[in-house]
Amino acid sequence: MIKFFLMVNKQGQTRLSKYYEHVDINRRTLLETEVIKSCLSRSSEQCSFIEYKDFKLIYRQYAALFIVVGVNDTENEMAIYEFIHNFVEVLDEYFSRVVSLLTEEW
Amino acid sequence: MVSSLKLHDLIEEIRGAKTQAQEREVIQKECAHIRASFRDGDPLQRHRQLAKLLYVHMLGYPAHFGQMECLKLIASPRFIDKRVGYLGAMLLLDERHDAHLLITNSIKNDLSQGIQPVQGLALCTLGTMGSAEMCRDLATEVEKLLLQPGSYVRKKAILTAVHMVRKVPELSDIFLPPCAKLLREHHHGILLGTITLIMELCERSPAALRHFRKVVPKLVHILRTLVTTGYSTEHSISGVSDPFLQVQILRLLRILGRNHEESSETMNDLLAQVATNTDTSRNAGSAVLFETVLTIMDICSAAGLRVLAVNILGRFLLNSDKNIRYVALTSLLRLVQSDHSAVQRHRPTVVECLQESDASLSRQALELSLALVNNSNVRAMTQELQAFLESCPPDLRSDCASGILLAAERFAPTRRWHIDTILHVLTTAGTYVRDDAVANLTQLIGSAQELHAYSVRRLYQALVEDISQQPLVQVAAWCIGEYGDFLLENCEETEPLQVEEEEVLALLEKVLQSPMSLPATRGYALTALMKLSTRLPGDTNRIRQVVSIYGSCLDVELQQRAVEYNVLFQKYDHMRAAILEKMPLVEHGGSRADEEAKESREDTAPVPTEPQTSKLLDLLDLLHEAPGDTQQPPSLTPSPEGALVRFLDLPCAPPPPAPIPNLKVFEREGVQLHLSFTRPPGTPALLLITVTTTNSSEDEVTHFICQAAVPKSIQLQVEAPSGNTVPARGGPPITQLFRIFNPNKAPLRLKLRLSYNHSGQSVQETFEVNNLPVKTWQ
Repeated sequence: MIKFFLMVNKQGQTRLSKYYEHVDINRRTLLETEVIKSCLSRSSEQCSFIEYKDFKLIYRQYAALFIVVGVNDTENEMAIYEFIHNFVEVLDEYFSRVVSLLTEEW
Repeated sequence: MVSSLKLHDLIEEIRGAKTQAQEREVIQKECAHIRASFRDGDPLQRHRQLAKLLYVHMLGYPAHFGQMECLKLIASPRFIDKRVGYLGAMLLLDERHDAHLLITNSIKNDLSQGIQPVQGLALCTLGTMGSAEMCRDLATEVEKLLLQPGSYVRKKAILTAVHMVRKVPELSDIFLPPCAKLLREHHHGILLGTITLIMELCERSPAALRHFRKVVPKLVHILRTLVTTGYSTEHSISGVSDPFLQVQILRLLRILGRNHEESSETMNDLLAQVATNTDTSRNAGSAVLFETVLTIMDICSAAGLRVLAVNILGRFLLNSDKNIRYVALTSLLRLVQSDHSAVQRHRPTVVECLQESDASLSRQALELSLALVNNSNVRAMTQELQAFLESCPPDLRSDCASGILLAAERFAPTRRWHIDTILHVLTTAGTYVRDDAVANLTQLIGSAQELHAYSVRRLYQALVEDISQQPLVQVAAWCIGEYGDFLLENCEETEPLQVEEEEVLALLEKVLQSPMSLPATRGYALTALMKLSTRLPGDTNRIRQVVSIYGSCLDVELQQRAVEYNVLFQKYDHMRAAILEKMPLVEHGGSRADEEAKESREDTAPVPTEPQTSKLLDLLDLLHEAPGDTQQPPSLTPSPEGALVRFLDLPCAPPPPAPIPNLKVFEREGVQLHLSFTRPPGTPALLLITVTTTNSSEDEVTHFICQAAVPKSIQLQVEAPSGNTVPARGGPPITQLFRIFNPNKAPLRLKLRLSYNHSGQSVQETFEVNNLPVKTWQ
């Protein structure tokens, strides 16, 4: 089950966050900082799945933006990876200037 | 009144703010406007104000004053108001605020109107933030919408149903019947939603699971169509037709087929087909294939299919894409318990993955490699793992070290190899091993007599090179103390090592003085020095000096030891040799119970004639210390390893002997007397006899009295019986306890006198118990 969905830029600012399980506001910021730190420290060579506490993080990088999805371990990681891309493509279809916005400094 | 900004302008202004403070200023100004306009502004502009408020909320600023506005907007008839109002409700309202119940009525109205977009909004909101009460109220409405024509609303209704089932499991009864019908639809959105709904229902109730096993053929059909149809523009992602639907169907098949032979059989062909037909050049295909493998692993699939699954995973391992390798390693780890031999075939590839620079991958590879070690490949694998240990990142080191040690313990082909391996691990990653590694190694060395010389030399060499790795230093110090005399001789197994006495002593002193040594290590070193005073032929002045220096050490434990050793030198010098004798060989037991039993058996075998000499001090135990205290009872088990903490609480007596069998001593007309014997473990001279009187006749036994007599050298204590009546036909028996104290182990003879009333007669019986087992008095 997907636990949360984050969009974070390279500077570490959260652009979008949606939690599917209740998490306190102050713990959210902490969670986000830690998640971002682990994602930003990865190089492009490494795989897109990270184990963090009892979640698995699946992230994908688009220019300056990271999209991170936290799941529990019943999920198929590769399907979620595909899903992230699907999401971005839907946004692109719907709001046609998504790609150009992503390359700007968000 | 200043005209308020449009949302677009507000966003631009916020983004134009250069600092955090400036941004806050802009937002505060705007919020004030919004609040004013909520109070007395134009109702037609309300949606605009709320939209701005929602944007501000997304940036993290408080926006709770907009909650009532959401309600008002939802209630308004205009779509443009409803849209923003519902969005606000989803973001700002949740179960903790009581206000959320107020929108239930509005949602109900909106659901029953026929306007699709409005129904869609209402369903979305309900599905996102619906609380348990709301769900209960609106369940029937949602169910009605499930079955009406028009796929737009139906998909949303299904998703809302999923949320409702999660919140209020009792509602599953309402949503169970429509599912089968919904599966016949063609619209992928509806199918996807239905499958999710079925999964939720099955997870919550086994009855639902059984019910849905009927739809397995239908699911198989849908999946087959998906896989075999050609390219369809609407659903294709990188050449695979709707991979998300495929993955969901496979997951549902997994849930339905688990532990159920029949369903699994229906799926076998399909799974093989999917596995072979899917194009895995892109990620979508790999995702579907991965899900197929997971399903095959979980259901009762045919053996051939399982082998196919493992081979697919093996192929994944060779793929260059890191993601795929990661999922392959994780799944192989899950499989290794059940299909060990199949996974073994891929061992070389797994071992290669150890060399990955990616932390997630190397961790999974390490776990999998450790799981794959068995008797035949243990040497090769250990070599690989040791190579990995030298280069791996620090957080994996302790796992790797403990893994290697565990594998070595389970599969070591020879003891020498085992000692070598542990030594190697200690020198490479000494600080990361677990605490009982020291204990294990000392026990291992202690038990292998032929290797004493070899191990002490190896350890000495290792210690000479490096005294910083604490576990290694501790083991080496102990070994040198015990077997130091071997160091001075020649040993054919290792290269000739010319070691002088003085060097050995100097090394131990270095350990004692080094700032890197832990207090425990110092304790080992001090004790080792003491032991060497008896082993090495030279004089003991140097050792005496060191010991007396530490008599004023700040560390309390070291000080105590040093003082006691000092006393040993001075007052009890004649006993020193005996006390510091070598430890006996340890039996290398498996479990702790074995070890305890073996220890005690060893103890009773060479029964020490002089308690003092065999009592080897448990040198790490503060409580038992004092070289002068030699009056310990012989039953105190000498702990052969000072280091082994777990031996500290061994039982003080030999283990209880095999239980003595029960004895039937008397029978008359259905009245029987049984004796059962127990010997409590703490007191070997005491025997407890329980006399049980039973009555299987038709009349009851009353006024039952049992008396006993034993020879003069034996003491007897008779306790009060449980009663003196035994009801007829197997009623509850009378029990009585005799305590027999026989310290001299004299042969036991027992005379019993019974008197009771039975069937109207008064019975008196006196007899001697003839066939007492020998164990009762030996």
